[in-house]
Amino acid sequence: MIGVGKAKQYSNVLDKPLSKGKQEVSLSAFAFLFSELVQYNQTQVDNIAELERRLEDAGYSVGARVLELLCHRDKGNRRDTRLLGILSFVHTTVWKVLFGKAADSLEKGTEHEDEYMISEKELLVNRFISIPKDMGTFNCGAFVAGIVRGVLDSAGFPAVVTAHFVPIEGQQRPRTTILIKFAEEVLRREARLG
Amino acid sequence: MAPVAPRSGDAIFASVDRVNAELFTLTYGAIVRQLLTDLEEVEEVNKQLDQMGYNIGIRLVDEFLAKSNVSSCVDFKETAEVIAKVGFKMFLGVTASVTNWDADGTCCSIVLEDNPLVDFVELPDNCQGLYYCNILSGVIRGALEMVSMKTEITWARDMLRGDDAFELQVKLIKQVPEEYPYKDDE
Repeated sequence: MIGVGKAKQYSNVLDKPLSKGKQEVSLSAFAFLFSELVQYNQTQVDNIAELERRLEDAGYSVGARVLELLCHRDKGNRRDTRLLGILSFVHTTVWKVLFGKAADSLEKGTEHEDEYMISEKELLVNRFISIPKDMGTFNCGAFVAGIVRGVLDSAGFPAVVTAHFVPIEGQQRPRTTILIKFAEEVLRREARLG
Repeated sequence: MAPVAPRSGDAIFASVDRVNAELFTLTYGAIVRQLLTDLEEVEEVNKQLDQMGYNIGIRLVDEFLAKSNVSSCVDFKETAEVIAKVGFKMFLGVTASVTNWDADGTCCSIVLEDNPLVDFVELPDNCQGLYYCNILSGVIRGALEMVSMKTEITWARDMLRGDDAFELQVKLIKQVPEEYPYKDDE
């Protein structure tokens, strides 16, 4: 008989044991789903900025959950309280879990103290996307920017996070840079902690 | 050329690029939440999820046919088996089973025990009418329509509503005969 002995019932989702997170689905399944997310949001907006904002919102709710999940599973319910700690957590741990590898690079902005950048040569969500000319600077990476903002914000590091294309010389496709600009209070706290 | 044997769902799943299921799950959750906020009515959300699934289904079937080497199914029974054994495995990495055939072989149930869409999900009281996984029924409907089968799909069991498995009832409404000459050849 199907279903017997398996699929135990839990009245509450919190009673369920936490999965190890090693399960996978096909990349196309994700790509199809993501494409529907973008297309649906496109019907709800009348400009590019609004579309990016909505994608970022969707990402934000993913990020907030990812932080909670990973802190439970990988870090024994501890989370980083220092700026560099949380940044490397995003760049390494979060990226590895979500995209299967650490991000290509994490850099500090040279002009502003409060800016950091995570760069990725081929961001997962941009892999199957080509932006039509009339959509200008639109970047689906806004979704990933939202995830980053969700993680940082929920960890107590409010920031403005945006995604940008940066052309690479000799390459047809630009890389994606996620620009993180921390709120003033974060830097003040960081300075106080020394 | 000799006909190529259809590939098993496991073999295909092992050979395609994959992503972490949690990214998929959480992204789907974000979509459902956006729809709930935008549309407010649970019924409307069900409809929109089904529509999104349909859009996916009509595109996904191409990849499915290209990668699986499945040729035309002889009857609806075989079709259902292929969806459950190959389709679900290839895209979601889970196996489904087919049961509850009616006497004339036009209606059956696809039963899922593992469903990557619903990890971390609990339906709140004000969303009890929501078919959280309604996108799946849309996908199947869309994909089958592309291979000339009109179907009607309903949820018979849903673990989020306290049942012991996910069960999709698939009813074949009409098999549209393929027309010749095909439009492609014109």
